[in-house]
Amino acid sequence: MSIEWYVVLSSLLFAVGAMGILIRRSPVVILLCLELMLNAGNLALVAFSRMVGNQEGQVFALVVMVVAACEVVVGLGLIVAIFRRRLPLDVDELRELRG
Amino acid sequence: MEAVLFFAAALGALAGAIGVIALRNPFYSVLALIIHLFSLAVLFLLLSSAFVAAAQVVVYAGAVMVLYVFVVAYVGGGTESAWESIPGQRLLAPLLGIALLVELSIAVLGSSLVALGGDGPQVGAGFGDPAAIGYLLLEKFLVPFEASSILLLLAAVGAVVLASRQRGES
Amino acid sequence: MSATTYAWLVLLFPLLGSIVVALGFRALPARVAGAIGTAAIGLAFLCAVGALVNLLGQDPDARHHASSLWSYASAAGLDIKLGIYVDQLSTFMILVVTGVSALIHLYSFGYMRSDEGYHRFFSYLNFFVFSMLTLVLAGNFVMLIVGWAFVGFASYALISFWYRRGTATGAGMKAFVINVVGDIGLVLAAFLIFRELGTFDYGAVFAQAPEAFQRGEWTITAICLLLLVGAFAKSAQIPFHTWLPDAMEGPTPVSALIHAATMVTAGVYLIARTHVLFYLAPTAADVGAFVGLVTLLVAGTIAIAVTDLKRVIAYSTMSQIGYMIMGVSIGAYSAGLFHLMTHAFFKALLFMAAGSIISAMANRQDIDRMSGFWRAMRFTSAMLLIGGLALAAFPGTSGFFSKDSILAYAETRGGMYEWMAIGGYVGAFLTVLYTFRLIFRVLPGKPCPEAQELIETGHLYHAAPENPATGEAEDTEVGFPGAEHHIAEQSRPMAVAMAVLGVGALFAGLVQIPGVTDVLFGFLEPVFRDSPLAAIHPSVGHEWSGLAVGAAIALVGIAFAWLLWAERPSLPAAFRARLRPVYLLCLNKWYFDEAIDLLIVRPALAIGRFANRTFERVVVDGLVSGTAETVRGAGGIVRLAQSGFVRSYALLLVAGFAALALYFLLSSS
Repeated sequence: MSIEWYVVLSSLLFAVGAMGILIRRSPVVILLCLELMLNAGNLALVAFSRMVGNQEGQVFALVVMVVAACEVVVGLGLIVAIFRRRLPLDVDELRELRG
Repeated sequence: MEAVLFFAAALGALAGAIGVIALRNPFYSVLALIIHLFSLAVLFLLLSSAFVAAAQVVVYAGAVMVLYVFVVAYVGGGTESAWESIPGQRLLAPLLGIALLVELSIAVLGSSLVALGGDGPQVGAGFGDPAAIGYLLLEKFLVPFEASSILLLLAAVGAVVLASRQRGES
Repeated sequence: MSATTYAWLVLLFPLLGSIVVALGFRALPARVAGAIGTAAIGLAFLCAVGALVNLLGQDPDARHHASSLWSYASAAGLDIKLGIYVDQLSTFMILVVTGVSALIHLYSFGYMRSDEGYHRFFSYLNFFVFSMLTLVLAGNFVMLIVGWAFVGFASYALISFWYRRGTATGAGMKAFVINVVGDIGLVLAAFLIFRELGTFDYGAVFAQAPEAFQRGEWTITAICLLLLVGAFAKSAQIPFHTWLPDAMEGPTPVSALIHAATMVTAGVYLIARTHVLFYLAPTAADVGAFVGLVTLLVAGTIAIAVTDLKRVIAYSTMSQIGYMIMGVSIGAYSAGLFHLMTHAFFKALLFMAAGSIISAMANRQDIDRMSGFWRAMRFTSAMLLIGGLALAAFPGTSGFFSKDSILAYAETRGGMYEWMAIGGYVGAFLTVLYTFRLIFRVLPGKPCPEAQELIETGHLYHAAPENPATGEAEDTEVGFPGAEHHIAEQSRPMAVAMAVLGVGALFAGLVQIPGVTDVLFGFLEPVFRDSPLAAIHPSVGHEWSGLAVGAAIALVGIAFAWLLWAERPSLPAAFRARLRPVYLLCLNKWYFDEAIDLLIVRPALAIGRFANRTFERVVVDGLVSGTAETVRGAGGIVRLAQSGFVRSYALLLVAGFAALALYFLLSSS
């Protein structure tokens, strides 16, 4: 399979993840969709690294994984804090920051 | 052989992704994502990136998803209401998703980057080995490596602060 | 020192006096301030005499010098210098101005003594003298306009001197506005002159004008008509005269100086100075003569009817200036200026005597309440009588010679000007009538209560201070006519000033007795030599016959006035009843104020109201507020995007990214 297939698959997964963020209301699921998008990005990086022939893309993908992990940690911490304060876990309900 | 594996893994990834966004119970969404991550690991292997595949399974599916499972267990798997409070959102979201997909595909397929059409150059056996990655991490990409460790530290501290009990709270 | 140096000093001293008195108003005691002010004008007078002496030492044909301090503006074809022009005419004028001003300052030294605004008064008065001298000594039209405008301002400041009086400030504004109308005429005339001749300088303009313009051409006529507008506004000729009677709200020395002797004569000076231009525009000159004639007759009729002492004298001024304007418009330049000089003497004297009487009357000015002052105040009454005789052109007085020199010239010129001379004689009869109406009401007879108090106790009558025009009470602490009043009998400076003017009023005519002395006309003759009109000289016999007619009119008039107002006081009342409409017309000043109000003031107010209500509120405010409202509305619309929904923000994000990607795809294909 040529590299194109992998990159197109990555675009498809990215689009699915974007759609998920727009549709779902639970913060946990939104973070999961964010993971989808990050992984789609990883797939594209690794594909390109294979295309070029060196491992720099793979190192990039590793760093992306680290960042994703950090972001998940903080995001989930937020969700736990929201849950602790007995607020509804629904991004449509949490909208006091508005004009 | 490679094509069969590719399509199987791709289907798995896609199924997992759609499962994440479609399943009502967040717990089931987490499980769908785990399937997705495994499928991606297979795809990485197909691309001769052994170390990344391993890291994907160990770190991502292993650590990060466990974290998700714990949190979902803690906060509960309440389903969301079906009623959409933002007018037009349910209509525009798929449209924009499709638009994104189409644009990115056109960008990739219509690209003048000829190498995309091929399989990539012949690589030796050590391509994607931990040794090669290790060399790159410690030589060429030392600064990003160190920076990401600091980032991890910050994230850990942040998480502790965020989730700690406030004074006077039950 | 040369004549021009003397002239610069003449300008300098009043200016310095004004500044020193103004700056030192806290430090200088009142008497010192008054002394400085008077001394400044006294020094100016001495320098004027010096300039005269210097000029007399020169060849009669070369007695004109221009001098400039520095160049005020020289660019793009303009070359305006801060310059003066010293010749016989300007020397004559500065002598008259500084001489009479010095005496009036001396009079004010005593008269304004107990006024809170003593320093301010002298500062303003000095500034006025400086402005008038600038006007007279100006060497180009720009300096003339500068002096003209300053004089207008000084007049405004001095009319509304007692600024807490509503009537005074209103009168000041009225004077200023009408003066500005005249200023517009003068400035437009200067613009036209510059456009046609390219220069403002007197020497250049008067030399080039005869070549540049055809006699009777419309440009030069327009210029002269505009100059006349300026002259009429400044000299209170119809229809720009309504400010002068109201200007009597100012203190009496102000009325004496500005509205009798100097400022109102600026128009006469202007026409005399620009006689070259007026010769080239005979239509304009005739307009000037006609307006002068009309003014002298109308003002005379009004003066017979009004009862306020100062206003009678004010209308008399208007009438006499009408003579002067008529004189210089028909070509009797030197005669008009002769009358200017004698009028300055006797009119200032009349005002000074009136001031003394008003002080004795505790600031009331109604002649119906006055009588018997001959027994109460001998000196003042004598001065009033001298001034009245000179005004009425009693044989031998200065007014006798000067007024008739104008009328004799008019007759000699012939044609329609003979009719003007006849009108002038009619006006002379009116003059005698109103003058002696005044005198026979105030002086003889049983003393009124105020005069009685003076006779018996030697003190002045005291009454609660009130506005003579409206009768409302006033507060003397804030600079109104002070609590104390001063009369000539009790104040040496006032008496000295009046005495000097009395001498002038009686004997100043002797410099120009037809056929015997020719001091003034001979002195001024070279200035007007370039005008063919000035070459017309009435014969000596003609002049003496005119003088005889004048003398007859004066004597008959005095007798008639004696009959009407001293012998049979019921007769005037009978006349008033029989000719009631005529009487009312004269008493109401020929309804000029009402006409101006109807024709000009109300439309202007209506335009202002329209501008405010419609234009300002709707258009301008609409634009400004409308812009603000539009911005606010737009902000309100944009604010709707800040819903607080994270997912809609995400939607916008993705949509934006999709659009951007589309753009790049399209642009690269």
